Amino acid sequence: MKIFKYALLAIPFLYFSCDDDDDTPDPVNEEEVITTMNVTLVAHDGSGTVFMSSVDNDGEGPNLPEVSVSGPISSMTSYSGMVEFLNELEDPAEDITEEVIEEADEHQVFFTASSGLPLEFAYVDVDSNGNPLGTQFVVAPTSEGATGSGTITITLVHEPEKPNDGLSTAGGETDIEVTFTVTVE
Amino acid sequence: MNIHLIKNNADFITKSALFFCSILFFNYSIIFSQDCSYRMTFEVIDLHDSSPLEGARISIQNIDEIGFTDKKGVYKFENLCTDTYFISISHDECQTVKLEIDLKKNINKKVRLEHHFNELDQIMVVSENRNSSRTLFENKISKEVLDSYNSRTLGDVLNIIPGVSSLESGNYLSKPVINGLHSSRVILINNDVRVEDQNWGAEHAPSIDINSADNISVIKGASSLQYAGDAVGGVIVTKTSRPKLVDSIYGNIFSKVQSNGRGGSISTNLTKSKSDGWYSKYQATLKKMGDFETPDYIMTNTGFSERNFSIKTGLNRIDYGFDLFYSLFSNEIGILRSSHAHTAGDIINAISNQIPNLIENFSYDINHPKQKNLHSLIKLSAFKNFDFGKLKFGYDFQINDRKEYDIRRGDDRDKPASDLNLQTHSISIDLISKLSDNSNLKTGILGRYQKNFPDPDTGIRRIIPDYKKYDFSIYSVFDYTINNDIFFESGLRYDYSHINAYKYYRTSFWESRNYDELFPEIVVEDLGTQILTNPKFNFNNISANIGIKFNVSSNNILYFNYSLSSRNPNPSELFSEGLHHSAGRIEIGDLRFGAETGNNFALTYDINNDDYSFTANTFVNYINNYIYIVPTDLMPTIRGVFPVWEYLQDDAKLFGFDLKYDRQYFTNFFLGHQISIIKGYERDNDKPLINMPPVNLKNQISYSIPEFNNLNLSLESEYVFRQNEYPNNNFEVYIPTEDTYVTLDTSTPPGAYHLLNFASSVGFNSENGGNYKINLRIENLLNNLYKNYLNRLRYFTHEMGRNIMLSVSYSY
Repeated sequence: MKIFKYALLAIPFLYFSCDDDDDTPDPVNEEEVITTMNVTLVAHDGSGTVFMSSVDNDGEGPNLPEVSVSGPISSMTSYSGMVEFLNELEDPAEDITEEVIEEADEHQVFFTASSGLPLEFAYVDVDSNGNPLGTQFVVAPTSEGATGSGTITITLVHEPEKPNDGLSTAGGETDIEVTFTVTVE
Repeated sequence: MNIHLIKNNADFITKSALFFCSILFFNYSIIFSQDCSYRMTFEVIDLHDSSPLEGARISIQNIDEIGFTDKKGVYKFENLCTDTYFISISHDECQTVKLEIDLKKNINKKVRLEHHFNELDQIMVVSENRNSSRTLFENKISKEVLDSYNSRTLGDVLNIIPGVSSLESGNYLSKPVINGLHSSRVILINNDVRVEDQNWGAEHAPSIDINSADNISVIKGASSLQYAGDAVGGVIVTKTSRPKLVDSIYGNIFSKVQSNGRGGSISTNLTKSKSDGWYSKYQATLKKMGDFETPDYIMTNTGFSERNFSIKTGLNRIDYGFDLFYSLFSNEIGILRSSHAHTAGDIINAISNQIPNLIENFSYDINHPKQKNLHSLIKLSAFKNFDFGKLKFGYDFQINDRKEYDIRRGDDRDKPASDLNLQTHSISIDLISKLSDNSNLKTGILGRYQKNFPDPDTGIRRIIPDYKKYDFSIYSVFDYTINNDIFFESGLRYDYSHINAYKYYRTSFWESRNYDELFPEIVVEDLGTQILTNPKFNFNNISANIGIKFNVSSNNILYFNYSLSSRNPNPSELFSEGLHHSAGRIEIGDLRFGAETGNNFALTYDINNDDYSFTANTFVNYINNYIYIVPTDLMPTIRGVFPVWEYLQDDAKLFGFDLKYDRQYFTNFFLGHQISIIKGYERDNDKPLINMPPVNLKNQISYSIPEFNNLNLSLESEYVFRQNEYPNNNFEVYIPTEDTYVTLDTSTPPGAYHLLNFASSVGFNSENGGNYKINLRIENLLNNLYKNYLNRLRYFTHEMGRNIMLSVSYSY
């Protein structure tokens, strides 16, 4: 069959690019990833500092974030709080908090205490429009001496509607969300 | 434009029924002679350019005499007696023409055959001549209906065919679903070229401008072996029409405006043809739409723009010809702002809110998130007739470039989140040969080289890895006409595929999947948190089909088809391992997947009378190693809790039927009805498959007044039932703001809905010989608020509300 002659003709075309160049692709080191959230609470009465952190070095990989809380929160004092976001995949670690502050009008940190936890949060820092940002905040017991245990969830939202009535109606998208289990005593 | 449905077929029509041959009589010269000394002279010429047709076969059936025309297209029969002769005139690529001649004198007959060229298109055969369509079943939809779809997507248009639905990601991104199967299971052939970007995932719409196509065929049942062996769902073929063989300039201009999206489109095409076979064809389309609207609210950031053009030029002669084709397709598509990067909690909020959480005023702006696509194609094809058959050659080079933009921060704000570049070279040779009067053989080979390059400058880990792919295919299709009532077709195809990929895995993922023990040999480099691997795959696939067409009576035809198809896992099914931002879910593929094989049985019964037609089509598709993606888990990450969607491989069965009944009442009324039912299950546990199209019932009533500028009025009703069979993949998710566990319900389908559409059209002839056509179409006439199970964004938004479309076209 003549067709096979023509078939043979085509074979050189098929393999014209078979000689694999050995260039391996470059790795992508994700620049915007937030691997770490550090929360520092400094007691106003000088009783000490509570440190909470969550570290997830494989991002959406199967390893779970490592969440830690250094100790209980005192029901007898308010605290000055500070949230820090880091990308520890880079060396040295990149401080994403700076970007969040630069683009404060597009970001907001939300603080949510579970119902059994007697804590209240107040924003300290604001964006250029006077709306809350939340990298700095104050946390205080709902009433002096009120104790309990539960969770604090801290959520960084990108492009929320500002101003807003809270996390559930703010829209936007979640950049980072960590739930810490704490006790107030 | 026409759409043709070709079901249960073996679609290889090698016979050129395409050729619409006509015959005209000239010059009766009358000379009286004696008995048995009469002469009949035939001159066979081309209708268009009057060139003589050499080699036309002329036979006188009742005396068994056969002759072939000479270079001047002439043949003489001598010494004929006074009698009635039955003459048959045929030419390669023309239908046989029969004449009855009462011979009482010498006759000179000039026979003009309208000789079109069988380019490279076999599907055109089907579209032009119904009766010749062998083991194929086809279903035509009028041009009038299609004109009103002109600025819609391919997926929308194909929706009107029974058994075809569309899988949507918003209003613009829609992919055809044939009998429940989509994406890499449905192969798209545009201008004889396989559209290569369908392996990137379900939210990537085909880069085809329907304005550039003159007809679209849907070949169900994966039996089109000349195009592909891996079309488990089917093949969609779009074609442009062949230029006329006359000195002429013709074309049309089409413009359209619509209320929903507050935009429109303009499209034009122009063909310049010459009687010597040279031609050129130009086509361009512009579309622009703003935000679409549901009855209650604006879907913010859903506008799009599209710009396409194509040029085709070439030569078409009797024995040879070639085409050179270039097309560029580009679009920019806004993605509903509220649909992006959702944690499980966000999805729960969206489902409970029912409406998007961000609704802004109408705008034409396309902001992030969005997609930008560019598809360019260069194609060269040629054919030549030899004594052993017609030989065809094709080469094409296509580039698919896709950029996906996400909501990002800082310096990366305007960088795409995903930047894919896919380049494909294909080369093919086909031979169509006639083995005998009632059998044909079509054979071909194909080689393909493909390279995918995901740009690492995005700063986001690649969704699809770098890979090179080499394909080699060989096929053969044989058809045999057993007698007037039975026609048989059979085909066989072999595909070899080699994939050589470079992929970075997260070390944690690599180890959690046990790949470190299963595939230690493919590790190239360990970078600590990431591992560079070099997976290589070889696939050898066989596909085959058998089709039989049986004429029960002249109007009753039975079709049966069995096809075996094999599809390799695509890159997203093999390599996915991370957050798919646009879908708000973590997707996980599996390196261990093997090829998927489908066994499809289809039976169609077709009755076609003057005043009614009825078609019943039923199919059973047993798919081994069916690959599908389902939610399997929840993954807490520092970004929040995400649903994990994992690709799984199981044996599946799909079955269903389509019924269609059309009836003409009086001369003006038309009633059409169709229903499609599809069921899909996993074979070992009878669990329903995800995303199966729900039962769909369509009815149409039309009234036409030909005397009044061809006025046509029609009302269409579409009732889509609720999908009651679905897998339950729901999870309990902790909602910190409310301190409760809530069900993440991604499974429950939305309710049934009913839509009414109105369509009307009129046509006018202008004084200079052109004609105008005006179409008014209103979709979702009652402005119903509804959600569609097959829309991936259904958690976040409803579907489009009422849409009034007005189009004017002018043809010259």
